[in-house]
Amino acid sequence: MSWDYVIKRFLLFLAVIFVAVTINFIIPRLRDTNPIEERLYQLAAQGGVNVSKIKELTAIYEAKYGLDKSIGEQYLNYWNDIFHLDFGWTIADRTPVINEIMRAVPWTIGLLTVATFIAFIVGTIFGALLAWPKTGNFVKYFVPLLMTLSAIPYYLLGIVFIYLFAINWGVLPTAGAFGFGVKPGWTLEMITSVLWHAIMPAASIVLTSIGFWGLGMRGMMITTMGEDYMKFAEYKGLKDRRVFLSYGVRNALLPQVTGLAISLGTILAGSVLVEVIFAYPGLGNLLYRAITSNDYFLLQGIILFIIVSLGFSLFLIDLIYPLVDPRIKLEGGEDG
Amino acid sequence: MPNILEVNNLKVYYHTSKGPVKAVEDVSFSLAPGERMGLVGESGSGKSTIALALMKAHKYPASIENGKIMVGKTNLIDLDEEEMRKTRLKEIAMIPQGAMNSLNPVKRIKPQIMDALIDHDLKLSKTEKENFLTKLMESVGLDYSVVNLFPHELSGGMKQRVCIAISISMQPKVIIADEPTSALDVIVQRQVMETLYEVQENLGAACILIGHDMGLMAQFADKIGIMYAGKMVEMGTVLDIFKKPKHPYTRLLIDSLPDTNSKRDLIGIPGIPPSLLNIKEGCSFCLRIGQRTTSKIPWVKVSKNHYYQKCSKCSNYGKSKKRVKG
Repeated sequence: MSWDYVIKRFLLFLAVIFVAVTINFIIPRLRDTNPIEERLYQLAAQGGVNVSKIKELTAIYEAKYGLDKSIGEQYLNYWNDIFHLDFGWTIADRTPVINEIMRAVPWTIGLLTVATFIAFIVGTIFGALLAWPKTGNFVKYFVPLLMTLSAIPYYLLGIVFIYLFAINWGVLPTAGAFGFGVKPGWTLEMITSVLWHAIMPAASIVLTSIGFWGLGMRGMMITTMGEDYMKFAEYKGLKDRRVFLSYGVRNALLPQVTGLAISLGTILAGSVLVEVIFAYPGLGNLLYRAITSNDYFLLQGIILFIIVSLGFSLFLIDLIYPLVDPRIKLEGGEDG
Repeated sequence: MPNILEVNNLKVYYHTSKGPVKAVEDVSFSLAPGERMGLVGESGSGKSTIALALMKAHKYPASIENGKIMVGKTNLIDLDEEEMRKTRLKEIAMIPQGAMNSLNPVKRIKPQIMDALIDHDLKLSKTEKENFLTKLMESVGLDYSVVNLFPHELSGGMKQRVCIAISISMQPKVIIADEPTSALDVIVQRQVMETLYEVQENLGAACILIGHDMGLMAQFADKIGIMYAGKMVEMGTVLDIFKKPKHPYTRLLIDSLPDTNSKRDLIGIPGIPPSLLNIKEGCSFCLRIGQRTTSKIPWVKVSKNHYYQKCSKCSNYGKSKKRVKG
């Protein structure tokens, strides 16, 4: 791998982060309302604050939060804070934003990475088999049925699941990431509880996205099946399994990899509805809470986190893709 | 010497909803080891279908209706799928048409050669492998280092050489080359054909060359079979076909070649070939020139190894040189 290419890609990644941070800084400041003033009026409406003193209070708080400084200075401060992983404090509970995010991230990554990979692998295999002429009838008839599920939004399927499995039959828990009585830690009880609670949210994501992966793969596989190298592979007298896997699937997979990278990148943000429905303590749920409670700092922190993770996964894919497809030159040349 | 390849009354039909398309109708020919046959004919005349049928790589809705394909003492028609798979490359190999895209773009050349050997249960030690690859690449005029490259790093001619190398890697007794040079320019064409000629001579394999290029055929083949509308209408040595063409289609085909001695307009073959869908028995060339067909077309022997299908109605067609320009 040439370092030139890696450095180029990394600089691009940094540029994306820079733009994202800047926009993230500017957007809240475009509002003509003053968040501190607003918060104080809210408190005032509940009573206990002298309304006439609000202007003075606002000035004190602005000085405390550094909002009285020039915009340029604020911007530099913002960067400085980010480097120290300081995203400020949540307005709701006065805890550091970074702690809130870090508490939520593992749940989201755990649930969604696993669900995405399962959906990707199963969907891709099914899609490839659908395009393979020697596939048995079971797959040919069963998989298209499964694919119709992808027309249902995953949150809707989630609600149906809750109704059926949790409320009607009572076999699976309705909400949360683990049982109430379970003490968090690496115990068997905790692990089974976590898995038990993850079944429904994961299943609703997997079942609704298998079709997406399957149809994409099926289309690519059909194109690949028409390629000359597939015919020559047959003339060579290769075994069916080798023709299927290392000639067919291997080539049809290339666009799927890009799709996988993008969906892994959007994992942190893409799960809001599922997490809200299942009250899963992940980043999506946190984001939802931040929006409903006007928690600017939390919101800003989460969005920054999502952008960085998306940028980073795209950067990783840029590095991995030339290994998957040798025609993409690591030197960054145009031909391929 | 006994024939290595014998094709008898081969019939390949494409079954469509409107009825069978008779792509190959009663084609017979035979090849001795080392013999080279050219298969010539216009698009849709059944050349490539014959090639696919010989490899038994034809796809639905094509099916072999009838006939025998004897390679040595085995009839390929009788083999099941797994036996046929093992026969490919070992007994009968095919050099593909589109050399540009015939190699797997994501694999280096070496594994693309080796996986064929592995799937034919040939196990080589590391040094044997190295020697084998060196010899193989040498035989098609390539350097050993090519095996470590990806297909997109090769030129068109090199890719076709690699394809030839793969096709001969198991030392097949019959090689089918389906327009092996169609995507190459004339100079590379010549080089590739020379390579093919050499490896085929060294192997002593019978070779079927499919194409429309009469010049290429004349240089390469020992004998030529003329395909027209799914039938083989004439078969003879290169000299027979070029000097004494008997079937009207062959004659027109030869006449249509540019003449380097005298300045004359290029002459085409009038009409278009008949649709092979539900085609009736009889002379298909009569259909082309708008005559009624007769039902029985006998094979007529002109001389040793020179045969043609003689239709009483059209066999004199186009003998006088005054013809409509095509």
